[in-house]
Amino acid sequence: MTDLPSDVSIVTPPTLVIAGRTLRCAGAWTLDGADRLEPLLRAAAAAPGVAVLDASGITRLDTAGALLLLQIAADRGAGAPAWEGLAPEDQALLDLVRERLAAGGERPAPAPRASFVARLGEHSWAHVEQAIGFLGFLGEAAVAAARLIRNPRRLRWKALLTAIEDAGADAVPIVGLLSFLIGVVVAYQGGQLLKTYGANIFIVEMVTLTMVREMAPLIVAIIVAGRTGSAYTAQIGTMQVTEEVDALRTIGIHPMDLLVLPKLMALLIALPLLTLFADALGVFGGMLVAWSLLDLNLVAFAERIPAVLSWRSLLVGVGKAPLFALIIALVGCFQGFQVRGGADSVGRQTTVSVVQSIFLVIIVDAILVVNFGSWGLR
Amino acid sequence: MSDDAVIAVRGLGTRFGTLQVHEGLDLDVRRGEITALVGGSGSGKTTLLREIIMLQQPSAGSIRLLGEELAGIGEAAALRLRRRFGVLFQMGALFSSLTVLENVMVPLREHTTLPRERLRDLAALKMALAGLPAHAADMLPRQLSGGMLKRASLARALALDPELLFLDEPTAGLDPLSAGALDELVLQLKESLGLTIVMVTHDLDSLWRTADRVAFLGERRVIGHAPMRELVRSPHPLIRDYFDCPRAQAAGVAYQAA
Repeated sequence: MTDLPSDVSIVTPPTLVIAGRTLRCAGAWTLDGADRLEPLLRAAAAAPGVAVLDASGITRLDTAGALLLLQIAADRGAGAPAWEGLAPEDQALLDLVRERLAAGGERPAPAPRASFVARLGEHSWAHVEQAIGFLGFLGEAAVAAARLIRNPRRLRWKALLTAIEDAGADAVPIVGLLSFLIGVVVAYQGGQLLKTYGANIFIVEMVTLTMVREMAPLIVAIIVAGRTGSAYTAQIGTMQVTEEVDALRTIGIHPMDLLVLPKLMALLIALPLLTLFADALGVFGGMLVAWSLLDLNLVAFAERIPAVLSWRSLLVGVGKAPLFALIIALVGCFQGFQVRGGADSVGRQTTVSVVQSIFLVIIVDAILVVNFGSWGLR
Repeated sequence: MSDDAVIAVRGLGTRFGTLQVHEGLDLDVRRGEITALVGGSGSGKTTLLREIIMLQQPSAGSIRLLGEELAGIGEAAALRLRRRFGVLFQMGALFSSLTVLENVMVPLREHTTLPRERLRDLAALKMALAGLPAHAADMLPRQLSGGMLKRASLARALALDPELLFLDEPTAGLDPLSAGALDELVLQLKESLGLTIVMVTHDLDSLWRTADRVAFLGERRVIGHAPMRELVRSPHPLIRDYFDCPRAQAAGVAYQAA
């Protein structure tokens, strides 16, 4: 049993020598040695008065080597001598490469880069188009929802329950931990200030109202957008790439019914529940800080909560959750359907989905907070 | 084992859980030949291919690829070996975010330090060798037709001037005209570049047209390994069934008459 050479570097390295009027190439002219030849190539192009191109010393030739040999001849301009002394099979390879290069034709020049104004316009138009597309998607979703309400038996229970589990139950630990920490932070920052005024007891108002009205709905929406909204985009996007979405259509299953509505409903159910849970843990975090920092015992804190937390405040906080759920589910699914082509597009749309849903959540939240006063919900 | 054996598989066993795919499988691939792997679906053709190209590890037995034993091969040796073969995947597996030219340049850029211009020239040459027009260079994979996709993928497989080329169902999903053209291309490349080619295929026309030798997988091993003309006369019931269907007969008659 003979071993074949397992390491290609044992072959002789390629050389290029100019002796008088002869340019002599030898050794293995392969891709491995090509790096070594680059500087020699420039010297060969500059050498004057070469009349003979001698390749008789070449022991191995591959297409990369053949390309370099042709390049040397081409650098000498028209009327360059042909290569001599190649082994028959190497000569055949050289001819093949020459012929294929000629047959391939010239590569068309790349399109000139568009001007700044043109690119700005294209970019803006893309955004407008996407906004119009989103409106269309919204309409389609509304129609699908209306269809479902008229005929509730068409609801896909399994998809809905799985989606609730994924988006809701599985998010409980992370939502709990983060809202607890936010409660701690809020109480700590505010507590220092209240202590200097001797207004320790107001820590209850501060923590409870901040958590319930603002922090809990926001933190839950941001976690769900990052965790679940991105997953929706990636899932639908990949199904788009593998033509699964088209397959659903041809089977007569509307993608809206199977892929969008269950997710939308799941978030509408899960987000308010997660927000309530976040309320509780956030306030609990605040209680612990009040106890350790301000000597306000847990019972006194808890007894004061009903006095400061009106039903209205609770509803304002939890009431935002379905709105955020709509934003996250619709943006996530819409961006999934925007995927075109392959893997890179899935990645891009997933990023867009998370950025857009968090952006929209915060914008909507700001609009609501500013207007609650005039709506009598302060 | 002769000196000509580029791939030598001995006593190969593959097991997925309780499913035994290969057992005591032997196979030799000779230098400079086109060897086709055929067999019914589930006979482990693609698995065997993946084991030879080091994407999967067999549960038993040995594979020698270009003289190198694959069991327990080190990282550096594996990398050196990977430079010496190219793979055409069934779906093309072109990187979707890169143009065709950039796709072909990926292996070159990874393994050489050539200047950018030379890389472009080399990649353009590989495209031309694979029969792609120059204007395809700046196209993205999703803009290509099925036949062009295979050619682009072939160009990438040829990028490092491999000695050995693996093709997984090269003509699957192509119209007869493109499939025929691809067969021609494979033959031509084998002749002009002195390639050894291993291909998994179901395409009877390409079996007759291109394969020097056909290895038939069945009963968890290679049950026939011969040129097509001899293989179709094999008395083994699995092989008879495979080549006895009307489609196979038609392809055989058409080719043998020609």
